[in-house]
Amino acid sequence: MEHSATTLSHSALLWLIPMFPFIGMLINGLFVRKSRETFAGILASLAMFCSFIVSAVVFFQLVGLDPHHRELTQTIYTWMAVGDFHANISFLMDPLSAVMALVVTGVGFLIHVYSIGYMKGDERVTRYFTQLNLFAFFMLILVMADNYLLMFVGWEGVGLCSYLLIGFWFEDMEKAKAGKKAFVVNRIGDFGFLLGMFLIFITFGSLDFQVVFERATGMDYGAGMVTAITLLLFLGATWKSAQIPLYVWLPDAMAGPTPVSALIHAATMVTAGVYMVARSNVLYMLAPTSLAVVGWIGAATALMAATIGLAQNDIKKVLAYSTVSQLGYMFLACGVGAFGAGIFHLMTHAFFKALLFLGAGAVIHAMHHHLHEIGSDADPQDMRNMGGLKKYLPKTYWTFLIATIAIAGIPGLSGFFSKDEILWKAFSSGNTAIWVIGAVAAGLTAFYMFRLVFMTFFGEFRSAKQGQHPHENPPVMTIPLMILAVLAVIGGWVGIPHVLGGGNHIEAWFHPVFAEAEYIAEIHQGYGIHDAGIEMTLMIISVVIALIGIFLAYHFHLKNREAGEKINKSIKPIYTILHNKYYVDEGYQATVINPILATSRAFLWKFFDVKVVDGTVNGVAWLVNWSASQVRKVQTGQVQNYALMMGVGILLVLLAFVL
Amino acid sequence: MLSLIIFIPMAAGILILLLPKDNKNLIRGVALGATLLDLAVSVPLYFGFDQTTAAFQFEEIFAWIPGIGSNYHLGIDGISLWLILLTTFLGPLCIIGSWGPIQKQVKAYHFVFLFLQTGMLGVFSSLDLVLFYVFWEVMLVPMYLLIGIWGGPRRIYAAVKFFLYTMVGSVLMLVAILWLYFNGLDPETGRHTFDLVKIYAMTAPELQAQLWLFGAFALAFAIKVPMFPFHTWLPDAHVEAPTAGSVILAAVLLKMGTYGFLRFCMPLFPDAIPYFAPWISVLAIIGIIYGALVCMVQPDMKKLIAYSSVSHLGFVMLGMFALNQQGVQGSIIQMLNHGISTGALFFLVGVLYDRRHTRMIADYGGVAKVMPKYATVFIIISLSSVGLPGLNGFVGEFLILLGTAKANFTYAVFAATGVIFAAVYLLWLIQRVFFGPLDKDENKDLQDLTLREKVILYPLVAMTIIMGVFPQFFLQPMAATVRVFLENIAR
Repeated sequence: MEHSATTLSHSALLWLIPMFPFIGMLINGLFVRKSRETFAGILASLAMFCSFIVSAVVFFQLVGLDPHHRELTQTIYTWMAVGDFHANISFLMDPLSAVMALVVTGVGFLIHVYSIGYMKGDERVTRYFTQLNLFAFFMLILVMADNYLLMFVGWEGVGLCSYLLIGFWFEDMEKAKAGKKAFVVNRIGDFGFLLGMFLIFITFGSLDFQVVFERATGMDYGAGMVTAITLLLFLGATWKSAQIPLYVWLPDAMAGPTPVSALIHAATMVTAGVYMVARSNVLYMLAPTSLAVVGWIGAATALMAATIGLAQNDIKKVLAYSTVSQLGYMFLACGVGAFGAGIFHLMTHAFFKALLFLGAGAVIHAMHHHLHEIGSDADPQDMRNMGGLKKYLPKTYWTFLIATIAIAGIPGLSGFFSKDEILWKAFSSGNTAIWVIGAVAAGLTAFYMFRLVFMTFFGEFRSAKQGQHPHENPPVMTIPLMILAVLAVIGGWVGIPHVLGGGNHIEAWFHPVFAEAEYIAEIHQGYGIHDAGIEMTLMIISVVIALIGIFLAYHFHLKNREAGEKINKSIKPIYTILHNKYYVDEGYQATVINPILATSRAFLWKFFDVKVVDGTVNGVAWLVNWSASQVRKVQTGQVQNYALMMGVGILLVLLAFVL
Repeated sequence: MLSLIIFIPMAAGILILLLPKDNKNLIRGVALGATLLDLAVSVPLYFGFDQTTAAFQFEEIFAWIPGIGSNYHLGIDGISLWLILLTTFLGPLCIIGSWGPIQKQVKAYHFVFLFLQTGMLGVFSSLDLVLFYVFWEVMLVPMYLLIGIWGGPRRIYAAVKFFLYTMVGSVLMLVAILWLYFNGLDPETGRHTFDLVKIYAMTAPELQAQLWLFGAFALAFAIKVPMFPFHTWLPDAHVEAPTAGSVILAAVLLKMGTYGFLRFCMPLFPDAIPYFAPWISVLAIIGIIYGALVCMVQPDMKKLIAYSSVSHLGFVMLGMFALNQQGVQGSIIQMLNHGISTGALFFLVGVLYDRRHTRMIADYGGVAKVMPKYATVFIIISLSSVGLPGLNGFVGEFLILLGTAKANFTYAVFAATGVIFAAVYLLWLIQRVFFGPLDKDENKDLQDLTLREKVILYPLVAMTIIMGVFPQFFLQPMAATVRVFLENIAR
């Protein structure tokens, strides 16, 4: 880093940000009785709100500082100090973590409030809010840590909460299994993160961000060690952020309550991998190979997940694959060196995807009550049971539509600016192929999202009975939707590009964090393309692609549904593959999980332990026993025998001496 | 002070012999009082401990068997300090844990248990080879009896297996001790000696002898740890032992093996270390992965946890032979962590066993619904065992892997896979026992934790959190000892 540690300012406020949800967790977890569900919800939401306020205060503290010195730190205590290894519990607030903290606390607060309505009547509401607060605590640790080890604490902590909350309704074995799957898969990523940390420590002698990045600038461009470090870290990121090859846990994670999906599996935790890569921007920029891997994995995931999204009928599954795809965009951005654009998209995505999930939750909530009332046991999440809901759930519909337009990339809304920034950076840095993939995936996104909207809110209501219909949800749920809708519209305005007459403030805001990486990029990769005409052209192309996607969705899923059915039939094999998510789960089960279990049981345990080791031990015991029983026969008690033996013995000894 | 700590349990054991057999609660009360007193007496060790020095502290020395140069010599350093505190901490919990489950021959049980306590504390504080060997053998008998009398259906088989395995190792160790005695002369007196501190000060034997002696000690300790492939006595012993026996076995007895490496094998025969280190490290890694894989397929909860010990102790051995500050300190802290977490896991299995008299995972399912507090404690302890940051297990595993990575990155890569497998077997266990529908009638009205069980488990949970959040409190006192230890073996 250009600016050395001496310029860091101290802030005594930082610890309060994670502390509020922690206190909320403690109170709810230890003292609040099961029956006081509303109180628990209000307490948890209040904790988040306080945390948000402090984050905002710190944010403005940062704004008030000179742009090159926008870093606040606070050290709490020494966690471990062993030999030359030293790790503190200490926090760092810079433009990057400030945005993350605002997203986590802001969106988190809205989702907490929404949960009060959504979880009403559940038998374990207090526990729900306890875990949700615990999640926020760990997520804030993750984004505010000033070293890799503390970041890892948050990283693991959010994984734990994800495990607990996915399996929140643990009576259902499928849900419990989904939770376990998420945790185990994340652990495989942790394996990469851990090894990456060890290499960082061996190479740089520290895990503190400041020290590591400062020393990294002394490394050679493309050095093997930095490549190894960044690839290992990226292994961690791929699992956390559900990228190819192991995104399998995220769609299953939808088993959790929907607000959990919104908070953990859309807006915050799954973006931790992107945050980690962006935080390590200097390291990645020094490792062009790793950067290419990040970019291509991101692009491939963006495309593949989008294709799976085309063929899902479960409303949450569509959104889950959409999240995987959008996370792919963020990695794509990092891979082409546009870390700022990646985080910008992370932020806008947090707004519109949280809104989409909460909207879907509102639909499911209403459908659930409706189906319950008419005595049907149909699946409240299956879009084939919905249709025409815009009439019954107007507020949900309008907010959902805004989020859909935002994600589809229609100009003016948040998603357009961030996605376009990414595509432009991909193209201008010379990664044309990645740009093409990104543009195609954008078209698919527009298609599956509008397919979802048309299947859910338009046409005839397909579960009607005796004139009964679903009802709009209470304000405690719809007000957060509206606030998020506003954010989904205006959230992108901080990043309006210069060609459209904007100031791209967000890029300037992030500049100090990524300056060193940009500097390295300029030296080693040149400046890239700066041409307003091309930028405008590309922008128009991507808008056209989005419009085509929307039109196709309209045509096949609203206007002419038979044609849609016909196409599905004619490409049935492809449709089946997509619907079954490329059979990746089944593949892992057959090639990895089953063989390990079978070997462990049949060979290691039943054969090696029981037969070989115990067999040897028992064999020796038997041998001793047997020889003892043989030797015992010698003791006949007859003097003649002993005399004979003695004679033989003396003879042998004499012989030995003579020879 | 140390003598007091060692012999309070034994004195109480003898007192119990004088009590009427039928007054079970009086016997239990005396045992509990004695172990609590022992804990109270041992805690000041921490506060009186000088963290800046590696020298032995709280030393007590007087001639014991002058004829053979054996002293009654006690003393502790930054390593044994913690093992003693671990032992005295678990003592009262074990007595409380036996309050209900043990109904047969209560008097004998508590006598044997207190005797065992004395043996273990003696092992950790002895600085004389004869004294050490006596304590080492003394604690073998009570453990044998605990398994053989108060154990499960196959208790005799398990007890004999335990006894034989350990005896084989002990005999070799005795031979090695005698060799050391006859081949070393105390420069001050010109006589043979068993005093460890004096033997430390002598020049080490020639390399060939060191290799043999290291091997003899190492085998004795490796069986005790137990290291792969000497581990098969452990699952049987654990499955058959009564709950408190399993707890002590896992939490303290196994540590005598790892402690032995640190106290005898490595400092006495430093030149042999480079020859043995690769083998021990590889066996440790095999143990980590092997133990974890075998865990996954166990149908019996107690056996699963027993095998998890093989995996965890593999980490301890690996860190120790990384031969650097992080590895060795991680190894020591991991001994404590394993004592707390696995001890707690055995208590937890005991809680279910007391209610349903089965340890088969398949007999449960959905238990979290009727026993929420129990489920919460079980999950926290499991997570500590899995190595979740913020709980104790992580600190040990992280430091061990960090130290190993510095010494040999390939070892670290293989060992780190154990981190994944640990999550698989424990979370799968949790899933099958606690989650899913509560479909078995026998489980429908299981009682949640009783007061007695809370008194045992909550302190253990508190320890997992304290050790995870403030590990420096535990790491600091051992730092100087480990630093000097490493200097000595590297000379």
